[in-house]
Amino acid sequence: MTFAFHASDWILLAPELCLTAMGLLLLGLSVVLGKTKEEFLAFLATVSVGVTAALVAFVATRPERATPILGGAFVVDNFALFFKALVLLSLGLTVLASARYVGAAPYPGGEYYALLLFSGVGMLFMASGNNLISIYVALELMALSSYVLAGYFKAEPKSTEAALKYFILGAFSSGVLLYGLSLVYGAGGVMGLPELAKLLASAPRSNLLMLGILLILAGLLFKIAAVPFHVWTPDVYEGSPTPVTAFFSVGPKVAAYAILARIFYVAFAKFHADWGFVVALVSAATMVLGNVAALLQSNVKRMLAYSSIANAGYALLGVLGFRTEWGLWGILVYLLAYTFMNFGAFTLIILLESKGYAGESVSDFNGLAKRSMPAAVVMLLFLLSLAGIPPTAGFIGKYYLFTAAMKAGYAWLAILAVVMSAVSLFYYFRIAAAMFFTEGSPAKLKSSYALSAVIAVCAAGTLVIGVVPQPFLEVLKSCVLGR
Amino acid sequence: MNLSNIPILSIVTYIPLAGALALVFLFPKEKTGAIKAFATLVAAIDLAVSLPLWWAFDRAGDGYQFVEKASWIPSLGVNYHFGIDGISLVLILLTTIVGLIAVYCSYSAISERQKEYYILLLLLQTFMIGTFCCLDLFLFYVFWEVMLVPMYFLIGVWGGQRRLYAAIKFFLYTLAGSVLMLLGIIALYFYNTSGFLTYKGLGNAPSFSIEHLTAVAAGMPAELQIWLFFAFFFGFAIKVPMFPFHTWLPDAHTEAPTAGSVILAAILLKMGTYGFVRFSLPMFPEAVRNPRVVGTMVALALIGIVYGAMVTLVQKDMKRLIAYSSVSHLGFVMLGIFALNMAGVQGGVLQMINHGISTGALFLLVGVVYERRHTRMIAEYGGLAKQMPLYATYFLIVALSSMGLPLLNGFIGEFTILQGAFARNFWWAFCAATGIVLGAAYLLWLYQRIFFGEITNPANAKLPDLTVREQLTLAPLVLLALWIGLYPKPIFDVIRRPSEKIVQAVGGTALEPPALAMKAAPASPDALAASPASRP
Repeated sequence: MTFAFHASDWILLAPELCLTAMGLLLLGLSVVLGKTKEEFLAFLATVSVGVTAALVAFVATRPERATPILGGAFVVDNFALFFKALVLLSLGLTVLASARYVGAAPYPGGEYYALLLFSGVGMLFMASGNNLISIYVALELMALSSYVLAGYFKAEPKSTEAALKYFILGAFSSGVLLYGLSLVYGAGGVMGLPELAKLLASAPRSNLLMLGILLILAGLLFKIAAVPFHVWTPDVYEGSPTPVTAFFSVGPKVAAYAILARIFYVAFAKFHADWGFVVALVSAATMVLGNVAALLQSNVKRMLAYSSIANAGYALLGVLGFRTEWGLWGILVYLLAYTFMNFGAFTLIILLESKGYAGESVSDFNGLAKRSMPAAVVMLLFLLSLAGIPPTAGFIGKYYLFTAAMKAGYAWLAILAVVMSAVSLFYYFRIAAAMFFTEGSPAKLKSSYALSAVIAVCAAGTLVIGVVPQPFLEVLKSCVLGR
Repeated sequence: MNLSNIPILSIVTYIPLAGALALVFLFPKEKTGAIKAFATLVAAIDLAVSLPLWWAFDRAGDGYQFVEKASWIPSLGVNYHFGIDGISLVLILLTTIVGLIAVYCSYSAISERQKEYYILLLLLQTFMIGTFCCLDLFLFYVFWEVMLVPMYFLIGVWGGQRRLYAAIKFFLYTLAGSVLMLLGIIALYFYNTSGFLTYKGLGNAPSFSIEHLTAVAAGMPAELQIWLFFAFFFGFAIKVPMFPFHTWLPDAHTEAPTAGSVILAAILLKMGTYGFVRFSLPMFPEAVRNPRVVGTMVALALIGIVYGAMVTLVQKDMKRLIAYSSVSHLGFVMLGIFALNMAGVQGGVLQMINHGISTGALFLLVGVVYERRHTRMIAEYGGLAKQMPLYATYFLIVALSSMGLPLLNGFIGEFTILQGAFARNFWWAFCAATGIVLGAAYLLWLYQRIFFGEITNPANAKLPDLTVREQLTLAPLVLLALWIGLYPKPIFDVIRRPSEKIVQAVGGTALEPPALAMKAAPASPDALAASPASRP
């Protein structure tokens, strides 16, 4: 393996470089500005995400991206571009949703935005990771920034607790992942995913390799919060600042799915029979536990935490169905839909927060229909989409996932998934019932332009993908690996 | 009248939606008078636009009429595809009629959050009509599911005391059934394109066209047909509702506001039976012919008829009573459909309409006294005949129509169904007939307890009789009941061709007219064999 930089490498790396530079700039500015001019910092962060997105669009048009760069460790195929777009979408929404929240907090905003952007850099590299080492380093960059973000409200015990929990369990899972990577390296002797696939094609099935694959799987399942590696999720989601929770529920998960799909589709496809069974069991357990536990929650962030666990279970159906194109499409379309609907729901929570730090309960939504009918209707749209009711993005996403599972021969899992998605309606509609059927605080709802914009984008995405999915599906069809 | 150049079905479907949007944006919520008037106007326009379909419809025509088709999601092979046959036609007209009545009957019953209420009623109407128009299975599923949302809110916001429980129970039950149907749809889709599980597929282009999938599905291996039959069965049986999936119905009916109950009884329950007629029978003929499947379906239908009627007898709450009577009546519809002969299917379809008319009217009538007294308990009433003669008259006609008295609509439907059942098996008809006897019992007893005797409860002493508006909501249904009871031929003419096609698809004797079924069954094979010889 030789690393040789060419001029074209810099072009393909432009989005990552831009985001890194902007993150550093924000960090520097925060030293100078402290707790002042935070609106300007938020604006700057938004602009940097926008510019990065433009650079991704520019990279997409470059012919150089046909060949992997950095010794094969960094690939810019359509799959990577899709995930970069998705990561930047969630990053941009987070920055906008944070502006008022962070502004009102007694902590300097510059660090916050800088950490968000660094985490974004990690995720962009994850989307392009084509080599076990580069994937691991990118994952750690994302994870370390996330740990700090979870504990950003330093004086709040719950925030600190969330950060500590996240860090300890996250570090442990990273260790497991790294151990798995080293075992696979020991069995194969190469780090690049395509090389690994080539090697494994002729390699015998050895226990060492199987253990390595299993440990890699475990490490990644932790990141997407699948059972039995989910226990950190409710606490971290509850304790983190709400915009950060919203970010955790989409961005890092999306990026983790990118590497999960890439590693298992590309490198370990041959041993599908071995890991497929494990993934099927994990998916079943995740759907059941996530949905059933969500039924019992009264804290709305915890409820959505379990809901996001359940959603991770649905998305695993796509990983299982990888031998037909439906599996990959399922993951892509579902994650796209999930980003819009889940982030939208969290933004409403930010908007309604009434009981101080980490006290967001379902009763915050009481009587929302009277306070603001548009807000209630939009939240209803997100809930319907999360429950998979047509014509919303969530339905199209679930349709693809169920289809992928059926096509891959996991009919029992598909039946479990549809039954569980009916169960999920029960707790989603507790929020709907609170909004429309009960009386609540008569206080006027105070929104900001940024929050309204986030909600509008999420609502539009949720509805448009549901009603006119064709353009999105066209894009997805081209998002195959390696092209 | 030539309606072929305009997308008449889409117009009928989306007029209420457009009206609902206009309500959202143009009417401030304080102007309740204007909102009511506008909602009524929209429903009336929708009815007026839908009526020409009745005359323009070609009764002898094969296949679907007024077809509209446009590509919607080409990646999946989904089309925006509308079209109707005779069965959909009568159900659409029932929907537009009941839709107008539902809006009009709510003027005084609904006093809070009126704007939202009328918006939801109109939305619901769009989704219901759309469901009956769909010729694309994916589109059908979209309408089928989204229909639950407005109904959930109608029950949950304007319902009775246990409305929250009833609303979520209604939603969860029906959703659980329909997601299983979704898996059936996916399996069908794959069988059509490339194969599913171990079943070899056909390699056709992806499609959700109901006509195409019906042709494909009918050729599937019998075993797969049975699996898919049951996947669809859960979706439809819960909606009908068939015993033992009926427990959501009494709660939903009882807690819903009057208009909600009327729509639920008249239209929403028909979605289930319509599903059986439109999908289950023609798509899975092997499964439907299977004696064990038919046996199960008929057994559930008969249990529904008899058990439903017996439970009805002991109800103390009027709305609950009518709700359980629906279980019994829809058992009749299911019995007719699964008799799998011409008389049975035609009778089943006709009884769908009849039940919509009679039970819809019964719920309206209960709503009338509920508005005056705010109780639905039978024991609270008594002797109303003297105080409210008009009301008593309407109630009597509707009750008689519901119990199947000759000259009224219920008789025609139940008689035809029993003919069909009798032709298949004497005991089916026998069991079902006991349901008619019980039906007469619970309705007459109900009538007696409410209307006869002296007024014992002083609260009833000053009840005003029906207002003109209330009469206007009831009169159309009573007229329809009389029309079908006296001269059902026009309806039979409309539903004959589609019924024939369904019976042919399941291998029944398609061209056998209802009257012959009666004669053929008791005649012994020897007599039939001998007759040509004895006639030189």
